[in-house]
Amino acid sequence: MNQTLRQKIFIFFLVTPALIILLGVVVYPFVYNVIISLSNMNLRHIKDWEIVGFRNYVKVFTEPSQPDFYVIFIKTVIWTIVNLFFHVVIGVFLALVLNQKEIRGKGIFRTILVLPWAVPQLIVALTWRGMFNYEYGSINQILGKVGLPAVEWLRSPTEAFVAAIITNVWLGFPFMMVIALGALQSIPHDLYEAADIDGASWYHKLRTITLPLIKPVMVPAITLGTIWTFNNLNIIWLVSNAGEPSDSTHILVSFVYKAAFNFYRYGYGAALSMIIFFILLIFSVVFMRKTKVTEAVY
Amino acid sequence: MNKSRTKKLIRVTFSYIILIIFCIISIYPVSQVLTVSLRPADRLLSTSLEIIPDNATIANYINLFVKTDFLRWMWNSLLITASVTLTGVILAATAGYGFSRYKFVGKKAAMQSMLVTQMFPATMLLLPMYIMLVNLGLINSYLGIMIMYSATALPFCVWQMKGFYDTIPSSLEEAGRIDGCSQFQTFYLIVLPLAAPALVITALFSFMSSWTEYVVAAQILQDTAMWTLPIGLKSFESNMSTEWGLYGAASMLVTVPVVVLFLVLSKYLVSGLTLGSVKG
Repeated sequence: MNQTLRQKIFIFFLVTPALIILLGVVVYPFVYNVIISLSNMNLRHIKDWEIVGFRNYVKVFTEPSQPDFYVIFIKTVIWTIVNLFFHVVIGVFLALVLNQKEIRGKGIFRTILVLPWAVPQLIVALTWRGMFNYEYGSINQILGKVGLPAVEWLRSPTEAFVAAIITNVWLGFPFMMVIALGALQSIPHDLYEAADIDGASWYHKLRTITLPLIKPVMVPAITLGTIWTFNNLNIIWLVSNAGEPSDSTHILVSFVYKAAFNFYRYGYGAALSMIIFFILLIFSVVFMRKTKVTEAVY
Repeated sequence: MNKSRTKKLIRVTFSYIILIIFCIISIYPVSQVLTVSLRPADRLLSTSLEIIPDNATIANYINLFVKTDFLRWMWNSLLITASVTLTGVILAATAGYGFSRYKFVGKKAAMQSMLVTQMFPATMLLLPMYIMLVNLGLINSYLGIMIMYSATALPFCVWQMKGFYDTIPSSLEEAGRIDGCSQFQTFYLIVLPLAAPALVITALFSFMSSWTEYVVAAQILQDTAMWTLPIGLKSFESNMSTEWGLYGAASMLVTVPVVVLFLVLSKYLVSGLTLGSVKG
C-alpha cells in the first residue's frame, strides 16, 4: 500500500470518531435549537409545533417580564466583570507572592490554595448558602464576633447577588493562580538579573518584565474565564436557590434555564440561548482580534 | 546592606501572612462541611464556630448508608463518570493527535467550532438534547446522561490535548519512523507517554465535571433509582427542612475523593494545562 494512502487512513481513524460524535451531539442540537427558537414549541405544543418566525426573538427584547432582559443583561455583565476582576487580581497576586524565591513550602501553599477549585461546585454553592444563612450561618456569626451587624444575605436582591459573587470569586481564583504560576515559571531569570543591575525598582520590573511576559498566557485564560463566568449556571442557580428572592437574582443563563425547564417555554428559551451565544461570540472575536494571541493555535 | 536585609525580611514576612490568610479562606468553607457532618442530631443548627463540634458523632454517615439510597447513587455516579471519562480521554487523545500533526479538509473549521462550543450557554445544548432524548426514550437512562456529558466535555478535551501535542517536537516521531515504527507505533509508543501530563489533566477534568454535575442531571434523571450523587445531595437541602447532617456527610464522601485526586495530580496542572498551545 502506498505511503500517503496509509497516512490518510490513519488520520481518518484518529479523527473521525470524535468528529462524528461532535456532529451528533453539538452540531445537530445547535441546528435543532435554531429551529426551536423559530417555533412556538412549549409544553402544550411539544409535538404539533410550527414555525412562527422571529416572534420569540422579538419577545426576548420587548416582553415586559419582571425582571426584563436589559436588567438581567446588565447584571450579567456586572457579574462577569466583578468576578473576573477578582479572579485575575487575586490569582496573579498570589502567584507573584508564591513565586518569590525566598518562600519555603511552596508545594504545601499551592496545594491548599487550589482547594477551592477542587471542591465540586455544587457543594461549594450549597455550603456557602448555608454559611450565608441569617441565623445560623457562620458569616453572620463572624460578623457578630467583630461587632458588625448581621446581614440578610439571601432574602434581599442585592445581598443575594453579592453572596453569589463572593462564592464565585472564592472558587475561581485558583484557576488564574495556576495559569499565572505556569507563566511566571517560564520567564527567564536573567531578565530580572539584568534589570537589577540597571537598578530597576520592584514596580518597574513588574510593569516592564513580568506583566508583558505573562500576558500571552493570561489573555486566553481570561477569555475562557469570561465565557465560563458569563455562562456559569451552577453558582447563581444554587446559591440563590433558582433566583430567589422572587426571581431578582438571575443572570442570563439562569433566567433562560428557568424559562425552559420551570416554565416550559421552549421556543422562548431557545431564542434567548441564541442571543446569549451571539453576545459571547462577538465578545470573543473582538477580544481575540484585539489581543492577537490565539493566532498560533491553528 | 543591612537596610535592604530588613526590607527583605519585612517583604517575606508579609508574603507568609498573605499566604496564610488565603489558605485559611480556602480551607474554612470546606471545614464547615466537616463540622456539619459530625454534629449530633440535636445540635445541627448550632451557632458555634468550632470545627470539631462537642459530642462529635459519625451517626450521620451511618444514616446515609442505612436510611438513604446513597450507595445506589454512588454506583450510578461511578458508572456514568467512568464511562464518560474513558470515552473522553480516548477520543481526545486520538483526535487531538490528528488535529495537531496532520492537515486535512475542514480541520480549521472543526477546531474553531470546538472553541465556539465553549460559548454555548448550558441551555443551548441541554434544551434540544432534552427534547431529543425524550423523543428517543432515553430520559432516565444511563446512556442519555452519558451522551450529554460526553457532548459537553469532548470539545474542551480535544482542544486541550491538541494544544499539548503541539508542544512535543515532531522530530521525535521522525526518529521513530526511521527506526521502523509504524505510524500507530510512533503515536502509541513515543508520543502518548510524553503526553501523560495532559492525559492526566484531561481525565481529571472529565471526571470532575461528570462526578459533580447537577443541573443537567436534574433534568434527565428524574427517577430516584437513577439519581447520581449530586441530585441525591441536593435532595437533602430543601427549603422546608434541610437535613444538614445527611447533607454534610454526603458532601464529605463526594468531595474527598475528588479533592484527593485533584491535589495529588495538581503538580501536573501547571505543565498539563496548556490552554490550546499558547506558549509563554
